[in-house]
Amino acid sequence: MTSADSVVARSSEPASLHVLTVLVQNRFGVLARVAGLFSRRGFNIYSLAVAPTQDDSLSRITIVVDARSAPLEQVHKQLNKLINVITVRQLDPTNSVERELGLFTVTAAADDPRLVASLEDFGGAEILETGGGSVIVSFSGAPTRVDVLEDTLEQIGITEIQRTGRIALTSVTDATEESDQS
Amino acid sequence: MQMDGATALIKSLEHAGVDLVFGLPGGAILPVYDPLIESSIRHVLVRHEQGAGHMASGYAHATGKCGVSIVTSGPGATNMVTPLLDAYLDSIPMVVITGQVAYGAIGSDAFQEADTTGITMSVTKHNYLVTEAADIPRVIHEAFHIATTGRPGPVLVDIPKDIVNPAAPQSQMEWYWPESVDLPGYQPTLDGHIGKVKQAVKLIRRAERPVIYAGGGLLRARAAEGLLRFAELTGIPVVTTLMARGVIPDDHPQCLGMPGMHGNYTAVTAMQEADLLIALGARFDDRVTGRLDGFAPDAKIVHVDIDPAELGKVRRPDVPIVGDVRRVLEDLNSQIDKAGGLESQADRSAWKSRISGWQEKYPLTYEPPQPGSDLKPQYVLEQLRDLSPQDTIVASGVGQHQMWASQYWTFRHPYTWINSGGLGTMGYSIPAAIGAKAGAPDTTVWAVDGDGCFQMTAQELVTAAAERIPVKVALLNNGYLGMVRQWQEMFYDERFSEVYLDPNLPDYCKWAEAMGCVAIRVDSAEEVGPAIERANSINDRPVMIEFRTDPVEKVFPMVPAGASNSELLVDPSQRDGSDGATQNGAASNGAATAEASSDGSDENKSEELL
Repeated sequence: MTSADSVVARSSEPASLHVLTVLVQNRFGVLARVAGLFSRRGFNIYSLAVAPTQDDSLSRITIVVDARSAPLEQVHKQLNKLINVITVRQLDPTNSVERELGLFTVTAAADDPRLVASLEDFGGAEILETGGGSVIVSFSGAPTRVDVLEDTLEQIGITEIQRTGRIALTSVTDATEESDQS
Repeated sequence: MQMDGATALIKSLEHAGVDLVFGLPGGAILPVYDPLIESSIRHVLVRHEQGAGHMASGYAHATGKCGVSIVTSGPGATNMVTPLLDAYLDSIPMVVITGQVAYGAIGSDAFQEADTTGITMSVTKHNYLVTEAADIPRVIHEAFHIATTGRPGPVLVDIPKDIVNPAAPQSQMEWYWPESVDLPGYQPTLDGHIGKVKQAVKLIRRAERPVIYAGGGLLRARAAEGLLRFAELTGIPVVTTLMARGVIPDDHPQCLGMPGMHGNYTAVTAMQEADLLIALGARFDDRVTGRLDGFAPDAKIVHVDIDPAELGKVRRPDVPIVGDVRRVLEDLNSQIDKAGGLESQADRSAWKSRISGWQEKYPLTYEPPQPGSDLKPQYVLEQLRDLSPQDTIVASGVGQHQMWASQYWTFRHPYTWINSGGLGTMGYSIPAAIGAKAGAPDTTVWAVDGDGCFQMTAQELVTAAAERIPVKVALLNNGYLGMVRQWQEMFYDERFSEVYLDPNLPDYCKWAEAMGCVAIRVDSAEEVGPAIERANSINDRPVMIEFRTDPVEKVFPMVPAGASNSELLVDPSQRDGSDGATQNGAASNGAATAEASSDGSDENKSEELL
């Protein structure tokens, strides 16, 4: 191995998204610490979701990180250095369940045949409101499915989008678990 | 026992073993200063909060204990940002207490309000905003635990005024001192993985051209003895980084001195040519590695650090070992012992003779002064070294004088070299020297300073005089921001931009005298020795010697920014152009070398900042 091979550098490859699930103490400023760490170290956050867990003293942060900005291992290790971070786990996409909720304001009537046809393929998609020539569509599913629905609705005309960012848990169907590193 | 938050805070500091704090009171921290009157803790009243931070740092460097500062809210806290980052980058254990406006007033832009925890989040190992008086003992206990364990660093505790103001009911609490800390997210790994230790020993035994790359983490871990034993058990030469000077005595036959941008030829070249680097508490800083893809190209890496994030951050190790370097060295030493000690090591006679060849050919050197010529700063440092006690503590600022001090001092003891390595904070030396002297009152402490640095923090000499902390200052006055001048001469075609300071403005001796110091001015080489001897004999007040030095003297060797360490520029007197590849840089002028390397990646360009 030459030293050039062993230099740790930022890559210029296409987006490489990884999901980190971070268990934190529910303390003042903890989200600022996590977000501040990402900006200070030049790591890119793709999406972020935070909420308390079954234990009131803990919150779970699901971060989708673009590993082009920094080696994932560095992101992982730097997160672990935060005193309020209890565990950091990288979720294996083949062994985890991921969900995202999207809301879309679409310029169409509720009975617009293009809209009806679009939603047919998306079980669980529903129209929450109609009025003024627009509808608000809600859909929750795997993030890639939300992407596809977004592209489909784009053909009709979207005026506003709000997506939650993905949330994820390790699958219960497979016993091989990613190891916690704390 | 019922008490108010301020009394509990002071009592907590006493319980944490604090006997000395550096600080400056103000509005929001007033209630905390009241019970300080009855406390056993000595308080050193600084003249600027930045001074309090660097004094705490100097104290921690010299004593190994946690440095403590207390300042007020708003500007008191923001003046502490530089010392916090300085301590964070150099892994110095510090606890800083800041006052804050009353909890209910936070967010209202109250007088002297600052978002102190927000501002200091990225410059501390951890910080706290305490919201209830009852939390004070727990938080102080945790703060000291976090600051002093694992990879040490600064911790800030922000205290709203109402929870320490005895007149406010919310300041009342029941005293307790926690037995232990409950920090589930903070459990530093202390013992190295024994399998990895064995792998490392295998690499070490077989290596033909190994170098021990000793970093500041060894000093933080109080591992100097273990390092000495490791070096002697293996016979491997040791380079000591800017942060690790003194961790092994400079006069030890295996010590090669400082590597890096201004390292000596042998230390730099031994790392470049090594087949194994054993990095102990070091972090592959850009000032050590030079251009990264040209650094130690043939070396395998064993990297020991207590901070897992340092392993693989810059250079991927072949054997990473997470652990307290003192404990890991114990394990390495016992494994090497078991394997047969020195006898079991590969034959390295060729390596040793190459190293001694470099040492002979390229010692540190400078052009000797001619009669009537300007005083050489290197000569001043040699005299200071030879005429001061061997265990003298040297604290330096940042710039040329820092490099000369590190190069020309012979460090014989650990914890005797104090400087700002990571952040490069100009003005560090005087307050750091005061902190060191306060912590080690029986030891001679010299601040080696430049005229640029001196003007940034000289006011703390008032503190030294008032508090009877008799530090000594060797001011190398060359009338310039010397290191900037050197770069402008070498890499900016001698276009000198905003770098001249005027050696006569201010009048440094009058200024020092006005601050309660004995002041001595030295213009010629003959005056150097007597002035130093006189300064060393004064122990009842601070002394400042102003040495008028050669304004155009440059620091050599030097690796130009963005260049590989193989392009080291040695002293002009050693450049004869006939020494093969490692002398290529020396044969051309500095500007050309920097030009040639400017096609490097963007990553390397960022290293071109001073």
